[in-house]
Amino acid sequence: MQGLEELIAAAPVFAGLAPDQLELVAGCGANRRAEAGEVLFREGDPADLFFLIRAGTIALEVHSPGRGALVIDTLHDGDLVGWSWLFPPYRWRVDGRAVGPAALIAFDGLCLRGKCEADHELGYQLMRRFAAGAIERLQATRFQLLDVYANPAAR
Amino acid sequence: MVPAAFVVRAKRRETADTWTFELEPEGGGFEFSPGQFTMLAAGGAGEAPISISGDPDDPARLVHTVRAVGAATRAICAAEPGEVLEARGPFGGAWPLEAAEGDEVVIAAGGIGLAPLRPAILRLLDRRERYGPLHLLYGGRSPDQLLYPAELEEWAERGLEVALTVDSAGPEWLGHVGVVTRLVGRAELDPARTTAMLCGPEIMMRFTVAALTARGISTERIFASMERNMQCGIAHCGHCQLGPTLVCRDGPVYPWSELEAWLAIREL
Amino acid sequence: MSAEIELLERDGFDSLLAALAADGYTVIGPTVRDGAIVYDEVHTAADLPVGWTDEQGGGHYRLHRRDDEALFGYAVGPHSWKRYQLPPEVTVWRGRRRADGGLERFEEAPREPPRLAFLGARSCELHATEILDRVLLGGAHPDPADRARREDVFVVAVNCGEAGGTCFCASMDTGPVAKAGFDLALTEVLEDGRHYFVVDVGSERGADLLARVPHAAAAEPERDAARRIHEHTAATMGRELDVTDIRDLLYRNYEHPRWDEVADRCLTCGNCTMVCPTCFCTTVEDTTDLSGDVVERRQSWDSCFTVDYSHLSGGSVRGSGRSRYRQWMTHKLATWFDQFDSSGCVGCGRCITWCPVGIDITEEAAAIRASDGERRAGA
Repeated sequence: MQGLEELIAAAPVFAGLAPDQLELVAGCGANRRAEAGEVLFREGDPADLFFLIRAGTIALEVHSPGRGALVIDTLHDGDLVGWSWLFPPYRWRVDGRAVGPAALIAFDGLCLRGKCEADHELGYQLMRRFAAGAIERLQATRFQLLDVYANPAAR
Repeated sequence: MVPAAFVVRAKRRETADTWTFELEPEGGGFEFSPGQFTMLAAGGAGEAPISISGDPDDPARLVHTVRAVGAATRAICAAEPGEVLEARGPFGGAWPLEAAEGDEVVIAAGGIGLAPLRPAILRLLDRRERYGPLHLLYGGRSPDQLLYPAELEEWAERGLEVALTVDSAGPEWLGHVGVVTRLVGRAELDPARTTAMLCGPEIMMRFTVAALTARGISTERIFASMERNMQCGIAHCGHCQLGPTLVCRDGPVYPWSELEAWLAIREL
Repeated sequence: MSAEIELLERDGFDSLLAALAADGYTVIGPTVRDGAIVYDEVHTAADLPVGWTDEQGGGHYRLHRRDDEALFGYAVGPHSWKRYQLPPEVTVWRGRRRADGGLERFEEAPREPPRLAFLGARSCELHATEILDRVLLGGAHPDPADRARREDVFVVAVNCGEAGGTCFCASMDTGPVAKAGFDLALTEVLEDGRHYFVVDVGSERGADLLARVPHAAAAEPERDAARRIHEHTAATMGRELDVTDIRDLLYRNYEHPRWDEVADRCLTCGNCTMVCPTCFCTTVEDTTDLSGDVVERRQSWDSCFTVDYSHLSGGSVRGSGRSRYRQWMTHKLATWFDQFDSSGCVGCGRCITWCPVGIDITEEAAAIRASDGERRAGA
């Protein structure tokens, strides 16, 4: 079995971190498995965790009475799941559900926030990586909102 | 309960599927409080619960803005001036306008959700001096889907700070593009003195509440108009139950603090 | 409870029914039909289920012959008095369409509704009637038609001689002895070769009627016999429901795994809502004749178990069977308190008996209580 540090080092999102930084990050992590259909977090829950997907798919959902659960995004191998731990009020904004069985690493957000405060170089390196992921998803979401497949006559 | 007849005196198209009707009560006026609704029908095609969207200080007219989404509302929307619509009511509770006197007021509306808030806006403007700053944050799908465009300008002139946003628009649109929750962050307000009133799709209201509480506004000062399957309007038929409440009797306006825990239960 | 306890002999019973008829009442009481005891018009004691008893359990109802001639030797059947207080189908109004699209309402010549006397109402049912009164008449918009149905109903209650297999009125504090809401309450005694009724007089009207029927004051041994029957019935309930803190217990267990377990069994057939004496949900339908000119609004019983019941924005809020069973049970035992200041359940056991798969509300409540706080995976 690979150690946690090795698994984190292999993840593209953490590529380029120095060994001591990887050790700090791994110190806040733990292996986690999810079963198919398992709900990992719900809108409004305290967001003190975030996840790295080693293998599997996590669906982000919003529920609406009468329409049920609406999937607004899906995240896959190598993706980070969860930003709500970064800033107050530290509450999940959406529901997260494992689509099939998933292998994850769960990170303690409070722990990592503390380490970033103490070590600003670590903080900078991590924030760069988180920001890059967020920007990429924001741009994709904007494109998604254009609803390009709609019937042009209906526009 | 037996409905009363109302003659359509004016009909105005708001969007592709939404019309505003001005109805004249047959004999006498129609008194209501902002936030209340009637069970409206085009006699014989079934009733729909529709919020009253008129001026509470003008009882000569019962005004309803109706979106055609089903059999009952399609029949209502087909009515022309001179024809008759029927209504039972008014039912339900009102926006807490008296309790909010002295406060700064934020009104957040999504889509047709502006219709139940229009009577509140008219009363707030009518009694402008009793309130602090007044804000309207209004979001819709696209510029042609916004309600009451001419009135929005008029209200801005009377002292309502109006911020509009749409999900998508062409370059001629000069307002915001994006979801209405983003307007909450921009509004200049004093959270300790602010009362908020919300109406729109439930998801929009949930996310707007999150944005308001992030600004420090307590959920006891945030009020939402809720919707469930209302059929009788008089707490007899049981359909509109939302946990321990009946929306037609205990709502449709609720303080969010009362609802929060219940709305988190899926398929309540 | 009145201090007047009287005695009515078995052979005086028909005089009681005759006196009610003479006063213009149509007497509705239990009768045997299609293998069940249901409410219908009765004229003499012979119309009652004389010498019959019922055997009830989860999803189980059978009639058996007794070895005596008791008139009321059974518990409640699938009918409840709800069908007279809130009829299964009612025409709310009728109208004729005008040229301008409006409706001209016309009233049919009001038929004098029959004056009804309910014979054989059990304590649980009297409580159910009171609960429905609060729902239908206690709000801001009572319907005059609902009120009219409640006026002038003469109630001859019966205190159960034995508890039914699914009864739990003792747990709900709604029986087995009738304490209010009746004009006369009878306890049937068959002992030592005698057959008589100990009569509790509950109103002036009841006293007046009894005065015209051969009766006597009940002697101490006779009152004791009735008391023994009451105690025996209370001690032999078919089911039990622990109501300690039941509202808050259910409020904190909306995500309990038991709801998934019961959903595997529940057919969402709605039988429970139809036989329940307090379920009050109705729906309305506007219909027209072929010309489209005559319009009628009909109100009929509805059930929260239907998919459309909670229709909203193109779908249903409660799409799953799990959520619909949970809605019914939490309404009955918990949210009813917040909505109408009482429990919605009177412990009559009908929902248990008439559920095709025998789901037992007392068992479900006990299961949740036994693992209070447990949450389904991922909740």
